[in-house]
Amino acid sequence: MSRGKRLFGRSILACAALIAMGGLAQAQETLKIGLLASLEGPFAAPGQDGMRGADLALKEKNGMAGGKKIEFVKVSSDATPDKAVNSTRKAVEQDKVQIMIGPLSGDEGIAVKNYAKTQPNITFINGSSGAQAATLGDPAPNFYRFNTEGAQWMVGLGEHALSKGYKKTFLIAEDYGFPYSQVQGFMASYCAKGGKVVDKAWVPLGTKDYASVIAKIPKDVDALVVVLGGSDAVNFLTQYEQAGGDKPMVGGSITVDQTVLNFKGKRRESLLGTASAGPMADSIDTPEWKKFVADYKANFKDGFPSPSLFAYLYYINTKAALDGLDAVKGDLSNGQKAYREALQKTNFKGPAGDVKIDANRNGVGTTYITEVTKAPDGSFYNKVVKSVPNITQTLGLPEAEFKKMGLGTRDVPDCRT
Amino acid sequence: MSAARWRRAMNGSAAAARGGRGSGVVPVPSLPRGAGAAAPAPAVAWWRRALSAIRLRHLLVLVFVVGYPFVATPFFTFQIGAQSLALGLIALSLTFLGGYGGMVSLAQMTVAGFAAYMLAIFGSSSNLAISLGWPWWLALVVAVALATVVAAGIGWLSVRTEGIYTIMITLAVGVAFFYLAQQNYTVFNGFQGFSRIGPPTVFGLDFGQPMPFYFLVLACALAGYFFVKHLIRAPFGIALQGIRDNPRRMQALGFDVTAHRVAAYAVAGFLAAVGGVLMVWYNGRISPGTVGVGAMINILIIAVLGGMKHPIGAFVGAIVFVLLQNFAIDLVDRERFNLVIGGVFLAIVLFSPDGLLGLWQGLRHRLGASFTPRGRGRIHR
Repeated sequence: MSRGKRLFGRSILACAALIAMGGLAQAQETLKIGLLASLEGPFAAPGQDGMRGADLALKEKNGMAGGKKIEFVKVSSDATPDKAVNSTRKAVEQDKVQIMIGPLSGDEGIAVKNYAKTQPNITFINGSSGAQAATLGDPAPNFYRFNTEGAQWMVGLGEHALSKGYKKTFLIAEDYGFPYSQVQGFMASYCAKGGKVVDKAWVPLGTKDYASVIAKIPKDVDALVVVLGGSDAVNFLTQYEQAGGDKPMVGGSITVDQTVLNFKGKRRESLLGTASAGPMADSIDTPEWKKFVADYKANFKDGFPSPSLFAYLYYINTKAALDGLDAVKGDLSNGQKAYREALQKTNFKGPAGDVKIDANRNGVGTTYITEVTKAPDGSFYNKVVKSVPNITQTLGLPEAEFKKMGLGTRDVPDCRT
Repeated sequence: MSAARWRRAMNGSAAAARGGRGSGVVPVPSLPRGAGAAAPAPAVAWWRRALSAIRLRHLLVLVFVVGYPFVATPFFTFQIGAQSLALGLIALSLTFLGGYGGMVSLAQMTVAGFAAYMLAIFGSSSNLAISLGWPWWLALVVAVALATVVAAGIGWLSVRTEGIYTIMITLAVGVAFFYLAQQNYTVFNGFQGFSRIGPPTVFGLDFGQPMPFYFLVLACALAGYFFVKHLIRAPFGIALQGIRDNPRRMQALGFDVTAHRVAAYAVAGFLAAVGGVLMVWYNGRISPGTVGVGAMINILIIAVLGGMKHPIGAFVGAIVFVLLQNFAIDLVDRERFNLVIGGVFLAIVLFSPDGLLGLWQGLRHRLGASFTPRGRGRIHR
């Protein structure tokens, strides 16, 4: 009993000490910027890397912007929109941040955009969310996205597939917002130039068994379009190999990343030549990219071998936010009017191409078409074969024509015939 | 029955005969007077009993919850206050079911989520193709009614099992609903769910604003709390506790055990449905992630954290849970804050198996106050 009592007292003491430490940390006078990423749930590792990207952008400026010391108020979500909004609300209303950066995934982005409308005096800047609807259709005037989104990342891949002779394809993709956008980005140009997607298989996120999908693949297609991510991609490739499949493939932006390229199996060899596209690639051959990778490696010993997509996206968005602060010398008065004008004028050379935004405050940027290639040491990597600059959110189409097509869904666009 | 009537008739005639004998001791006119005096007496007694049960701490809590939004920031009113009470209401349904019915159901969040989905489908949301756009009050009634029916259905399915098997079967039901909502596009709109489901504006009062919303949730939470408090002392609640403690004996006494248990599920389902409606209004949206396994287990954590031996435990647990969820990240390293949440849960359960209520009871005991053996303030053993 007395031992229990002592333990009880000690734990109370420890709690009090923790609270006191928290209080001390908040005592400095600085400009607070909220930073939201998923540190829990399925995207915990990408979320952590996103935070590294943001930290790197701040570190490059020695922790200062606009003449003020910048302090990140980091909050977390578990990749659900509910949690993202709760965390954002906490940072904005409780911690009183003036600028909010985040979130990480697509539907979170739409939810935060809707919340942004209720806080007109705060500026919201995207983290790495890539849902089209966050800036198209019903945009919030104070939500900025300096990166391009899921559909833009696939522009140019359609022509590339046609140039490789893939005239008829079969699509396998996960059944939620991000793949819809990716598929639309691919199909917009692919179908317009005469390609056919004979059938689409939408599988739930986290599908383990692809037998029924593989059985449905017609014999006479030229290639498969595979827009799956992480373990879903590995599962599909393994099972397709076991079923004796031999069609070449075209991948989405997160389909043939390092986790997939490193999987072991006979099928691995046949991945050679798989084309995919994205807003960055590991093998970009510019001094800006090489410097970014070197800085990332020097600063984060516990990080990935090379910055992930999420680190890159958080980096450019944070850099744009801090550059804007520099441009107005930290002046956020008058409902942040001057700051927002500065953000609108953002135009800098990022690690993977120019960073600028359109009238809807969505990024206009470069997409890299890559192919899986074998390095001299036997490892596989994505080699850049082409870069397509200045891609707008309407995928290079006139706005009226894009609006006629509508946002990507399961059935839009359709190009079976 | 006829024997009783006969006996009463005999007594009545005997009294009349006595009166008729002319003694005048039991005058006939005294009967209406006596009935008239007896009518207010139970009401007064009821009030006196109700008032005598009110202690200083009850008044303090009442003053605090009513005055809270006037001193707190909108953030604290909305995100901490309203969210805690809404989650507490869902956890209260589990406390009722688990604490008084002896059935721990993980599907309470599923029922709440079902009500939320129904509100989105019958009412209005951003998805015009699926939402039927009925007026909010009609959608609300239909959603709560359907969710109650579904809860009774879940109960009917799971009363055949006991203990850990009840947990498993309700977990299975909950997970099945999660996948149904995620993969069905014609009714549940799949992964994306529904958004822009706001609370209504009634007589010019916008319940979307933090303070009106807080009072709406507070009213529902108080109503739910007193409803459960009343129910557990009503014959149904007493019978339910009897069934919890010894179902075979209750069956031998002539109680329909299954019917009582299913009814308990329905009652708990109704509470959870109301909580679910408040939750969807709070979030403004519903998607499968809201009814996932994590959310289902969170409700269990809240109920256990607060203590399942008294209805107030659900709300105490919810307040601690929401505070931890929001502020643990400020205490330690950003990447490790879940450790604090888990650590606090572990510490509470370790030091007090009865949750925070048990801690409170232990503290009172230690400070010399005797364990309240009677009255409404006691923790039901």
